[in-house]
Amino acid sequence: MPGPDKRCTEDEVVAELSSGMTIGIGGWGSRRKPMSLIRAILRSDLTDLTIVSYGGPDVGLLCRSGKVRKVVSGFVSLDSIPLEPHYQAARQTGSIEAAEWDEGMLLLGLQAAAWRVPFLPTRAGLGSDILKYMGDLRTVRSPYATEVKLGGNSGGESAGELVSEFEELLAVPALELDAALVHQNAADVSGNAVWLGEDPFMDDLFVRAAQRSFVSTERILPTTELAGLADISHLKISRMDVSGVIEAPHGAHFTECLPDYSRDEAFQKRYAATAKSDEAWDEFRAEFLEVDEAGYQAKVKELQ
Amino acid sequence: MSNASSPTSAAGVDGGIDAGENAGVTRADICAVAIAEAFRGDGERLCNPIGNLPLIGGRLAAATFEHQLALTDGFYTLMDPQSPDLVPAIALPEAERVAQRTVAHWNPYREMFGLLWQGKRHVMMGATQIDQYGNQNIAAIGDWTKPRRQLLGFRGAPGNTINHTTSYWVPNHSPRVFVQAVDVVCGIGYDRAHALGPIASRFHEVRRVVSNLAVFDFEATDSNGVATMRLRSLHPGVTLEEVLEATACEVVVPKDLGVSRSPTEQELAQINRLDPRGLRLSEVPEP
Repeated sequence: MPGPDKRCTEDEVVAELSSGMTIGIGGWGSRRKPMSLIRAILRSDLTDLTIVSYGGPDVGLLCRSGKVRKVVSGFVSLDSIPLEPHYQAARQTGSIEAAEWDEGMLLLGLQAAAWRVPFLPTRAGLGSDILKYMGDLRTVRSPYATEVKLGGNSGGESAGELVSEFEELLAVPALELDAALVHQNAADVSGNAVWLGEDPFMDDLFVRAAQRSFVSTERILPTTELAGLADISHLKISRMDVSGVIEAPHGAHFTECLPDYSRDEAFQKRYAATAKSDEAWDEFRAEFLEVDEAGYQAKVKELQ
Repeated sequence: MSNASSPTSAAGVDGGIDAGENAGVTRADICAVAIAEAFRGDGERLCNPIGNLPLIGGRLAAATFEHQLALTDGFYTLMDPQSPDLVPAIALPEAERVAQRTVAHWNPYREMFGLLWQGKRHVMMGATQIDQYGNQNIAAIGDWTKPRRQLLGFRGAPGNTINHTTSYWVPNHSPRVFVQAVDVVCGIGYDRAHALGPIASRFHEVRRVVSNLAVFDFEATDSNGVATMRLRSLHPGVTLEEVLEATACEVVVPKDLGVSRSPTEQELAQINRLDPRGLRLSEVPEP
């Protein structure tokens, strides 16, 4: 049977969010970010958000616009511009709280939430300053003994010795999200969604880790057409995990959304330059962010 | 690690071109060879250099003496070029990058984490700061809680260093990079690994640090038996004094210090083919 029709607008999604929520954002760096939804949040009264993201301009824009209390990230980067300038400024002025995790830890935190377990163990992070600065992280001791024959790598005299230990590992806490926002190349009206390009990123984990998930998409198609877009491994998000579907052609602009479009590098440069002065930011905001999505897309078209 | 890495074997005794006599060999070429040497003996695992010169060096190793290495296209696939001359050049325009890769495996980011947690990977990362034990900082300068300068964050450095072999590339060797103590420990060094104990640190190996001046390894130990940074070879034309002046951390200098070897004719041809636009020369200009 066809799934329910969950089509809605960006502003309707924002109306379902509230200040103080923890919101996960899909994509990776400056790739396939649900930017039309981010722009809708920028136009709203929402504030005090905790953002979980493999961060790009989504994080920078939200930080610069005073929407953020805390950022939990594996990194925040514009890819072709390695440092996200607005996130960098927010960190240096201390205007936000930050949890900077190892990239792999973020995957495990999302997976833990998606599987409804309180944590997942990993070796990543042990010995590093992540444990020193992210004070809420804890370790866990394995209930199973690990037996290892020592190699020559640990000092010399102990090489060849058989040792046994209940290993201590980092317990990555579940990243339980109030809401997740992701962008997909195609979807049907009920939220079955298809990623194209070469990497699903962690979008399917974000939607499973969240209470409510919203999928913006380049195009809404009949369900019968989804499987023809790519091999079935690309049908990665199920309607069961989706609360709302937003048709947003070019919605990931200015980030990359392959194969539909590549990153708008010229626009990204213009965005990055707004970190240079308040005047530059105000001008950018007035021109591109204080208009609705149709207005934004029209402005961008004028630039081409 | 084998003992083939004694200081003398790093010297130019393999039929390399004498850099002093051959104007065609640049410091950047020496660096590319030193980087390639870091991957020697790795066999069938992922060679994952990050940055232009590391990419040239890693691909040079695959195209010359370390044919079994798996290579990344820099994004979502691993590629198996079917002959040395088909190892793709770096920094190709997107269409060419895609056309020239021989895709052997799908490797989206989540799979990369799976691969690195399993351990068959040797990464070469950059380091904004590095200390005598090989602790690396790419996160921030100053106190992490409110940094003077926010950098990349921890990225994958903690997970990389505790799970598999890591080397570092420093194009701008200075006392601000080779420091007594890094501001933030991202990639963990031998003192941190030692403190974790032999089981937790059993996959840890910081193998090599290659800079624009010299090559370092960790085949010396401090008074507590912890592996510590050792000067392995000087690049041709670089003096010991020059390196020590540019290094603020402790470094062991062996008696029989070698000279970083020059590329063979074949290697030089590959370097030029892998980097046709000479990007390595803007990263490491001629002294």
